[in-house]
Amino acid sequence: MNTLTEAWRWLTDPAHWSGDGGITQRLTEHLVLTVVCLAVSCLIALPVALVLGHLGKGGALAVNLANIGRAVPTFAVLVLLLLTPVGRWSEGPTVVALVLFAVPPLLTNAYVGMRGVDRDTVRAAKGMGMTGRQVLTGVELPLALPMVMTGVRIAATQLVATATIAALAGGGGLGRIITAGFNLASTPQVVAGAVLVAALALAVEGAFVLAERLSPQRARGIT
Amino acid sequence: MSPPAPDDCLARNTWICGEYLSTRRHILLDAVLEHLQLTAVPVALALALAVPLAVVARRWSWAAGPVLAVTTILYTIPSLAMFSLLLPVYGLSASLVVAGLVLYSLTLLVRNILAGLRAVPEETRQAARGMGYGPVRLLLTVELPLALPAAMAGLRIATVSAVSLVTIGAIVGFGGLGNLIYAGMNTYFKAQVLTASVLCVVIAVAADLLLLGVQRLLTPWTRAAGS
Repeated sequence: MNTLTEAWRWLTDPAHWSGDGGITQRLTEHLVLTVVCLAVSCLIALPVALVLGHLGKGGALAVNLANIGRAVPTFAVLVLLLLTPVGRWSEGPTVVALVLFAVPPLLTNAYVGMRGVDRDTVRAAKGMGMTGRQVLTGVELPLALPMVMTGVRIAATQLVATATIAALAGGGGLGRIITAGFNLASTPQVVAGAVLVAALALAVEGAFVLAERLSPQRARGIT
Repeated sequence: MSPPAPDDCLARNTWICGEYLSTRRHILLDAVLEHLQLTAVPVALALALAVPLAVVARRWSWAAGPVLAVTTILYTIPSLAMFSLLLPVYGLSASLVVAGLVLYSLTLLVRNILAGLRAVPEETRQAARGMGYGPVRLLLTVELPLALPAAMAGLRIATVSAVSLVTIGAIVGFGGLGNLIYAGMNTYFKAQVLTASVLCVVIAVAADLLLLGVQRLLTPWTRAAGS
């Protein structure tokens, strides 16, 4: 309990929030990294998954990618990237690793969502004379949207977690508070950093759950 | 003793280095063994906890909500934060890594076992009851075996995730191959980082295939139905 009180004192100390390496700066770094990398990953993964799902090709790849992503340790990828030329740019390894780990869940969920669209519905749309593009954007994508959004949610959670681990390999973000705490052998700071990271991860997850609740029923897959 | 040849692959710091493999064989072996131990112990503990939890959540439906909510929240917390939150409880020890991994594996296992139990057809349950099966016998000889494929799928995911997450334990000095990656990062030792990373993936794939084999042996009926 004593450690918790000290961690709380560390968190509420205004000196730890401001300045270079303060909580505000680290939180901003973490959020910017997460949002930018989520956008980049969506731009890479979603078009590929939607087209592959529409054509019904490359399914084995799309589904197995998520399993491969799970077997490769994030930390190992970060350190490997750090030792390559990418490591010369300070946030390079973090950005590349974040995108690499966010793409598989996006790709797999969007692909599964597209293939899960009722084939009769697609045939009916084609029978009405819709072109392939119209079927994709007007029929398949709206029906696959709940699965696509599940993928985005998983990817966002994954990004927050990966950005934390990036601190182990010298990247920025809230994880730096934890690693700095370990270097200073300051358990209160380690715990305070962990609380911040956990709160951010839960807030991101909560935001997606809330967005899902507030979205029109159609997007939730309830028809 | 003569100094090592200046142009061997250790001196040149190349990614792939046979010299490294032969000279650090024991270090690598120790790290692999620690990695296997840090994976197997938490997954086994989580399995022992997950089965009763899933059974309770299945039997009393009011318990399902809280059990799933708590395990989902635990799963959302990033691994580095999870290990750090456990630091005041366990200190810098292997128990910290084990406890953190138990909490992660628990989520995956409870969800999958519960899904497996829920998927047992009501007709099957009723038929067993009609044959005079009591609740315990029904659970042990009908429901749990039918939930096995889903449970094994969860066990495979949990094991593969655990192999990868053990590396984060390097922050407290108990990360198996993660320790070698961490040390290799600080000394810019390419061969060590690549070798340890590849070994991690090899362990994950081997564990997955092993569990797949066990699953096939335990559930011969799914193969007959599938073919």
